[in-house]
Amino acid sequence: MANAARMSPPMKFPAFTRLPDQAGIGLKSEHLRDLLGRPPAVGFLEVHAENYMGAGGAPHAFLGLLREQYPLSLHGVGLSIGAEGRLDSDHLDRLAGLMKRYEPQSFSEHLAWSTHDDTYLNDLLPIAYTGETLRRVADHIDEIQDRLGCTMLLENPSTYVAFAASDWSETDFLAEIVRRTGCGLLLDVNNVQVSCSNHGQNPVAYLDAFPVEAVGELHLAGYATERDTLGAPLLIDAHGTPVADDVWALYRHTLLRTGPRPTLIEWDNDVPPLTTLLEEAAKADAALDAEARRRNGATH
Amino acid sequence: MSGQREFAQALLRPETTAPDGLLTWNGSDASQRFAIYRNNVTVSLIDALVAAYPVVMQLVGETFFREMARIYVRLHPPCSRIMLTYGHRFPGFIESFAPASDLPYLADVARLERARRRAYHAADMPPLGPSAYAALDPEALGLLTVRLHPSTAILQSAFAIVSLWAAHQGLMAIEAVDPCRPEDALIVRPDLEVDVVRLAPGVAAFLASLEAGATVADAVANALRQSPEFDITTGLATLMASGVSAAFSAAGE
Repeated sequence: MANAARMSPPMKFPAFTRLPDQAGIGLKSEHLRDLLGRPPAVGFLEVHAENYMGAGGAPHAFLGLLREQYPLSLHGVGLSIGAEGRLDSDHLDRLAGLMKRYEPQSFSEHLAWSTHDDTYLNDLLPIAYTGETLRRVADHIDEIQDRLGCTMLLENPSTYVAFAASDWSETDFLAEIVRRTGCGLLLDVNNVQVSCSNHGQNPVAYLDAFPVEAVGELHLAGYATERDTLGAPLLIDAHGTPVADDVWALYRHTLLRTGPRPTLIEWDNDVPPLTTLLEEAAKADAALDAEARRRNGATH
Repeated sequence: MSGQREFAQALLRPETTAPDGLLTWNGSDASQRFAIYRNNVTVSLIDALVAAYPVVMQLVGETFFREMARIYVRLHPPCSRIMLTYGHRFPGFIESFAPASDLPYLADVARLERARRRAYHAADMPPLGPSAYAALDPEALGLLTVRLHPSTAILQSAFAIVSLWAAHQGLMAIEAVDPCRPEDALIVRPDLEVDVVRLAPGVAAFLASLEAGATVADAVANALRQSPEFDITTGLATLMASGVSAAFSAAGE
């Protein structure tokens, strides 16, 4: 498995070797005090790296305390790996600083772009899948892995448009990136549902073509449904509701192929009480346990 | 290849059409789907301003605030990937935003909120307390230069910015606030909580002089020049007990 950030000793924090094959939750500021006042409630926590790029204060103080108790996944949203321009070396330095400070078990980023010239667009924007973009993304991932000294996970995107210029399928593109760079993949099951629905594809066929052997983490989230101009469903990766039933079904199908993997419940908008997130995490844990039992039953 | 340039420009300019080369599987309108990205960008940036300027939003109402923010977002999209700092030009924008001119204090309230946010994320440093100064005689005290805490902001306003802010934290009744009474504010975060302190007359000038590198004696003189009501004891108490002191050294050392 190519998903664990390798750290040189001495470690400041408990030496979890990798994220556990359990459910985790995204850490939201609303839940900090609830989480600190109780024993570990989930298998791991995930944070958006850019939210911890301030110099000091409460965010770092709380994350430092929680890191004593939890394995951590550092999830970037601002590196703009798919950008036509160069990677921002200052941003890479800031990420390296966070890796050193918090010793996360995983670093992940998106197959997307979010910057152009000096403007940061604050969204994960789609790229065409061509030989040229493949070379560029692979070069960027090489640079990131060299700078951070670890293997990263690359996340499949949710998209609303496709490009006439694309001559690779998304799954073949991701597989070739893995082959060229040695990176792992973060398979966002909700993004599979959203993108396949938005592009008239079968999500099960997408999963069956996905390079599952590289998957180091899974994401689950809620989507919103709109309609396109012909009345067909247009799914929006909204992260503001419970995981949908069809995504849970797709998740169980995913586990058949990947086996149990660290699974994050993402809920970034209209953040509910911690108990709601923990209920979602418990549902993921139940599916993970069922898959582990199925596999044990098959081998013994 | 300028594909992303065209895409980015179309995102930020609502009057432009969707970029060429986009496909939809069923032949539905690609510009509608492109508009999802445009909406994500705009709304996420407006939401970032809502989070950064909650009292400004309460003062003008959510509808007005979001329209004002929408114009700002188009003029000043982020130039940093760190959204914690987004909107630092918003107070200046508000000052020149004609539809908000009925609320002349709005820009300074925004400055206070920006200072609080900056302080919240500022570097950690244990502040000096009164005991650090206890052994100094008055003459030695006068010769000190003081480095202020990295979270410090000193705001001098023609409006009651601290009272307006406090009224929106439930700390006092808004009816009791005369917005046109001048107030000076100290924003500082000695530990994890950001403090907002209304300063007595002249204390802002005193602290600002120290921040600029003056000795304590010279800062007192500057404060008295600017504000004859300046009370030295109050000024020194603020310096020593508010958490605003990070370090001091004797002048010339």
